Amino acid sequence: MSGFGPVSAFYVLAVLSIGSALAVMAARSIIHAVLFLVLFFVSLAAMFVLLSADFVAVAQLLVYAGAIGVLVVFAILLTPSRDRRGMETKFVGPGLLAGAVVAGTVVFIAFNTNWDTASNDFPSTVDAIGQALLNRWALPFEIASVLLIAAMIGAIVVVGGRGVDLDTHAAGPATRLVRRER
Amino acid sequence: MVSLEHFLVVGAVLFGIGLWIALSKRNAVLILMGIEIMLNAVNLTLLAFSRFVKSPTPIAGHIFVIFVITVAAAEASVALAMVVSVYRNRGTIDVDQIDLLRF
Repeated sequence: MSGFGPVSAFYVLAVLSIGSALAVMAARSIIHAVLFLVLFFVSLAAMFVLLSADFVAVAQLLVYAGAIGVLVVFAILLTPSRDRRGMETKFVGPGLLAGAVVAGTVVFIAFNTNWDTASNDFPSTVDAIGQALLNRWALPFEIASVLLIAAMIGAIVVVGGRGVDLDTHAAGPATRLVRRER
Repeated sequence: MVSLEHFLVVGAVLFGIGLWIALSKRNAVLILMGIEIMLNAVNLTLLAFSRFVKSPTPIAGHIFVIFVITVAAAEASVALAMVVSVYRNRGTIDVDQIDLLRF
């Protein structure tokens, strides 16, 4: 991958993604941390485009920047407002040391391995991914759907708890949803 | 010239930052955000290998990333539901105060 465009795009996106990930650590309020997390997801999606992974980049935008960002905002707004400022940290030094050790090990391995490199410049990945998902990886694909529905039902059960039902006594034009009292 | 090692370094640095956040924050939602950053760093590494390493089936890296995104979405929904549930029962999401299993 050479040429002015891809190289400059790589460095801009690298700085943007690492900077926004650091800003999640350094943000003063948790809402700002979520916004920096969404910026991180978007910059990483752009980096996936740079790696000619167009389908995965779109999936990243839809699932991470869209769905998970909104889900995290919901979780913050449903938890206490006094903890919304709560960016308390603990063991910052040892945590940084552990992260640096892991990153340094991976970098050391990356530079000391003889990679059998090639240039797989995919023109378009969508049809290849579709063929692969329905042929070789058909069973994991189906299991993933079971996993997703289990996670959905599990999340509803964990949050819903006692469940809601229709209050028949308040029957009117606007039927209210009330929590069942026990 | 951008090669495989450049992307691997970025992925490793992002993984380290995610690990730092997950280890040192006390708010449960922020710990989950650190885990999401770590998962994304791994996705970047997988896609870099898929792009730059010689393989008979280079599309396999993309399939792996799609499954990682699927599992991460399921993990995020269940974990955030557990955070809300813990807040309802205990009144806090500070992981230092959720120590019922400590002996």
